[in-house]
Amino acid sequence: MIYDALIAPFTEFEFMRRALAAVIALSLGGAPIGVFLMLRRMSLVGDAMAHAILPGAAIGFLLSGLNLFAMTTGGLIAGFTVAILAGMVSRSTGLKEDASLATFYLVSLALGVTIVSIRGTNIDLLHVLFGNILAMDDPTLLVIASNATITLLVLAVIYRPLVIESVDPIFLRTVSRAGAPSHLAFLALVVINLVNGFQALGTLLAVGLMILPAGIARFWSRDITGMICIAVLSAILSGYAGLVLSFETKVPSGPAIILTAAALYVGSVFFGSVGGLFRQMFPGRHLEA
Amino acid sequence: MIAQIKFSDVTLGYDRHPAVHHLDGEVAPGALLAVIGPNGAGKSTLFRGLVGILKPLAGSIATGGLDVRDIAYLPQTVDIDRSFPISVYDFVGTGLWRTTGFFGGMGKGAREKIAHALSVVGLNGFENRPIGTLSGGQMQRMLFARVLLQDARLIVLDEPFNAIDARTSADLLDLVKHWHAEKRTVLAALHDMELVRANFPETLLLARGPVAWGATAEVLTAENLLEARRMCEAFDDSASACAVDDLPSRAA
Repeated sequence: MIYDALIAPFTEFEFMRRALAAVIALSLGGAPIGVFLMLRRMSLVGDAMAHAILPGAAIGFLLSGLNLFAMTTGGLIAGFTVAILAGMVSRSTGLKEDASLATFYLVSLALGVTIVSIRGTNIDLLHVLFGNILAMDDPTLLVIASNATITLLVLAVIYRPLVIESVDPIFLRTVSRAGAPSHLAFLALVVINLVNGFQALGTLLAVGLMILPAGIARFWSRDITGMICIAVLSAILSGYAGLVLSFETKVPSGPAIILTAAALYVGSVFFGSVGGLFRQMFPGRHLEA
Repeated sequence: MIAQIKFSDVTLGYDRHPAVHHLDGEVAPGALLAVIGPNGAGKSTLFRGLVGILKPLAGSIATGGLDVRDIAYLPQTVDIDRSFPISVYDFVGTGLWRTTGFFGGMGKGAREKIAHALSVVGLNGFENRPIGTLSGGQMQRMLFARVLLQDARLIVLDEPFNAIDARTSADLLDLVKHWHAEKRTVLAALHDMELVRANFPETLLLARGPVAWGATAEVLTAENLLEARRMCEAFDDSASACAVDDLPSRAA
């Protein structure tokens, strides 16, 4: 009975196995990025970037149809352009990163919509908006897995400057020039993972598998290593549970995954061991020292 | 002796307005120099220029071939995200950046150094505490531990004893004297005249421009301090370009 509900869908149907593989790869790459987005107070930056990618993907789609490679390349170019321009403007002028990013992603969005309306077909674009994790073919899976691998490797290289810059930016500036390059590399990773996610979850929900697990992790761990581990695990758990939910109930798979993550998030807000509401209401007697 | 730091007609400031105006002077290797002056005198600005995060508007600062890694800088308003989930141990460990860099491992030697630095500043037992749980004084002790690990030849401390109780500042002052004994160059911006008189052999009295620079007893005279206090703090928005630069020779 339990086997039928929880495991049989994956042993019986290949598309479910592929979907599970995709969601695990997405979790491994995206969740650590989400943790850093949250700790650097850039959670909404991820959201803005997701909008910035959309026009690039749309242009790729218009030029060569529903071609994964073209759409990914278009998304990457649009995302990188916006991220790097915004990063450069905020670093060389006094403008804060969020303000300059808002400017650039709005321009990018307007440009993309203009291009789409010139060609006139935007119905198939709905596929890009909502994704389809149940239609993973080999090349798509390969792209997702490669991007996740690249993410983890690059993150390992820039991990130390990224942590130091988050906690004490002036210190990093006085000991090293690695701050700006590692920040740009990090923005690039954000873009890569958003593009990665839109194959499966669509542009609008892709950021969910990055930010929600990070939010969950914040309620269970006080140190960054623990947070990253918990974020990855809760992302994989939401992916798996979301797929099962969507298989059993016909809820679309992308929203099912994000809704599962949201349920975990709500549970963490109430019962989390670090600053959860329940803990705050019943903190126990104060200690001696 | 060859000067380690040489200020050549340095003007530092923001948005073309000078905060440090036409400073000339040298700091010998191993000097223990107090930089004093009223608020807005340009002490922090001078330090920012010295460690290289602010470009001079004019003139130059030579640091005698010191690499950025040879300079340890403790800013006045530390821009630390105290909610960031990092332990005291890991935070202090970032002071070893010079030897570990991006990727170097933390071996036994490094761990011993960190443990030693923590015990020197009196933070034994705080290793696993998140930095957000520290008090102001403990925070300052932790920052000193990091400076200690940076093992730098030039140490720049911007008002290190502000809002710090007597015991903590005495402990940290001992550390400063220890650095001086190790022949490191130490510059500190300070407000406590008694502390400067008792511990710092050399003083620069700054009020936008240099008022006096030399042996502490000769600098801290009543008329010098009065002159420093007369400095005008506000920028003049309609100020014209400084003409001194155009003159062939300039009066001191």
